Amino acid sequence: MNVFEEAADGEQIAGPPSLTDYLLDRSFRWVAMVCAWLIILVVGLLLWKIGVKAVPAIQEYGLGFLTGTTWDVNKRVFGILPEIWGTLYSSVLALAIGGFFGVSMAIFLTQDFLPPRIALVFRTIVELLAAIPSVVYGFWGIFVVVPAIRPVADWLNAEFGWVPFFGTTLSGPGMMPAALVLAIMILPTIAAISQDALRQVPYRIKEAAYGLGATRWEAILKVMLPTASTGIFGALVLGFGRAIGETMALAMLIGNSNQLSLSLFSPGNTLAALLALNFPEAGEHEVPILMYAALVLLLITLTVNMAGTAIMSLTSKQLKAGR
Amino acid sequence: MLGVFLNLSLAGPASADEKLRLTGSGASFPFPLYSAWFKNFSRNHKNANIDYQAKGSGAGVLDFINRTVDFAASDAAMKPEEIAKVQGGAVLLPMTAGKIVLAYNLPGNPKGLKLPRDVYPDIFLGKITRWDDPRIQSANPGLKLPALPITVVRRADSSGTTYVFTNHLSAVSPEWKAGPGAGNTVNWPGSDKIVAAPKNDGVTATVKQTPGAIGYIEYAYALGAKVEMAELQNKDGKFIRPSAESGAATLATAQLPENLIAWVLDPEGEKSYPIATFTWMLFYQQNASPEKAKILREVVEYGITEGQKISAKMGYIPLPENVVSAVRAAANKIQ
Repeated sequence: MNVFEEAADGEQIAGPPSLTDYLLDRSFRWVAMVCAWLIILVVGLLLWKIGVKAVPAIQEYGLGFLTGTTWDVNKRVFGILPEIWGTLYSSVLALAIGGFFGVSMAIFLTQDFLPPRIALVFRTIVELLAAIPSVVYGFWGIFVVVPAIRPVADWLNAEFGWVPFFGTTLSGPGMMPAALVLAIMILPTIAAISQDALRQVPYRIKEAAYGLGATRWEAILKVMLPTASTGIFGALVLGFGRAIGETMALAMLIGNSNQLSLSLFSPGNTLAALLALNFPEAGEHEVPILMYAALVLLLITLTVNMAGTAIMSLTSKQLKAGR
Repeated sequence: MLGVFLNLSLAGPASADEKLRLTGSGASFPFPLYSAWFKNFSRNHKNANIDYQAKGSGAGVLDFINRTVDFAASDAAMKPEEIAKVQGGAVLLPMTAGKIVLAYNLPGNPKGLKLPRDVYPDIFLGKITRWDDPRIQSANPGLKLPALPITVVRRADSSGTTYVFTNHLSAVSPEWKAGPGAGNTVNWPGSDKIVAAPKNDGVTATVKQTPGAIGYIEYAYALGAKVEMAELQNKDGKFIRPSAESGAATLATAQLPENLIAWVLDPEGEKSYPIATFTWMLFYQQNASPEKAKILREVVEYGITEGQKISAKMGYIPLPENVVSAVRAAANKIQ
């Protein structure tokens, strides 16, 4: 029986909310509130627990831990500067590559370059990339990416060895293969969120741009991208966060060597790989030190995300002011 | 003491007619062999179910001390201070043995690379950096060595394999002993030609994919991955190919003390392969229940009789007869 028939029956379809409605409404509000607060609580608890376990190491090693370059369990000398450097360097490289391709792909898939059906196929394939396990990426990196880039790396080193970025030969695992694989891993995140952002721009804005005589590329670069910039920036921040925390593929590809090097072909190390590889067999003296390193990683991630959010809100304010 | 006992009885199985579940954790190197053993054992003993997790030697020892498992396994045995922490006493039994080989990858896959005992420590110290180094070439007059840099591949995670290998290097090279030293993880020389990969398979894969690479892995993994293995010079000056026979010759030189913890760091004997080691299972002297203790004793008995027959096939070294009888005697302490 539909509403019109009900109305025809003479029964009222509008009325004040019943007690059940009222209670349901109220309790939903409370559940939502509790869930929201729980997230903050979990983050706080995480920081607190790791922080407490890290206290002995913080007292013993202090800030020197952040600037030391040696990790020697037997002599009990610990420093994570190479890991901090490796984490940021590999993530920035991956963001540069993955960000460029991810945003380009989002433009390609949303701006009427392809018939909608084929665009859907492309989109699904890109999103499938997110479902591949990290270990598989790692093995793929060892068996496919490293042999593929070796000739290029050797040539770059031979011809442009004086450029710091190409200063060493590629041994196998190293910064470049790690960054390339990482770029592919963060690609689906960036592409998916950028697509959403671009799709949310009302179609008439684009039509208006065309109406004013803009070419397709002018419309995309000067109208669509700036309008969607907040969302695209969010995509990049999320991708960067994912890159910083990525563990297994990097542990297999980066070489895990405590090197501070600008060279793209040198092995390096990252905080997440250090934690994953040392934690399973860590003795009781080592655990606080690893917790300290975990705390540093957490703080880096939080800082990056907060800085990203801050920049995002700043730019969106400017955009609104400019409108 | 009473508290511990109560805890254990609570954690133990509720009734006797239920299937007895035994859990163990530890070393990953003997894992393929142990899992084959436990599978066969459970087939013949329907009342027992054994579950073994290859978490790594260090994690196994930790679990063992915390009494979260019924037994554990470790490539590095246990330190005396660790044994002292075990409530209820520990019994360490060598159950099988393995070799560590230097796997290499050279263009054209030349076989039988010979590495003298003063050369391979220097390779891992980063002092010999090229394959055409005269010190390598002079030991291999028949091989045409390429003008390639040597890429050393090491374990990235803390491991018993590294423990045994670095102990051997320390025994052979005073410079290694004074420098990186020995341990589950050591501070490797800083060089962009020394890279690390996780686990035995990670090192194997990296060696296979990197021309000019050399890395240390367990013999069983090298056999499975079909990589070339170097012949190493032993204490008597002979170059020995890693094989079941050369490993058995190494173990024959081992002198087992009362606690059954013996290392063959630099074995004597013409036919001995230089880097071999026992790997241990760790048991409690006082177990949660007599039934569990009985099953564990039967597991040991199976391992040292039937189990030894399949070990050589899987790349491990069968235990010598004197070790088998010592283990059988010590297994009676598991109560």
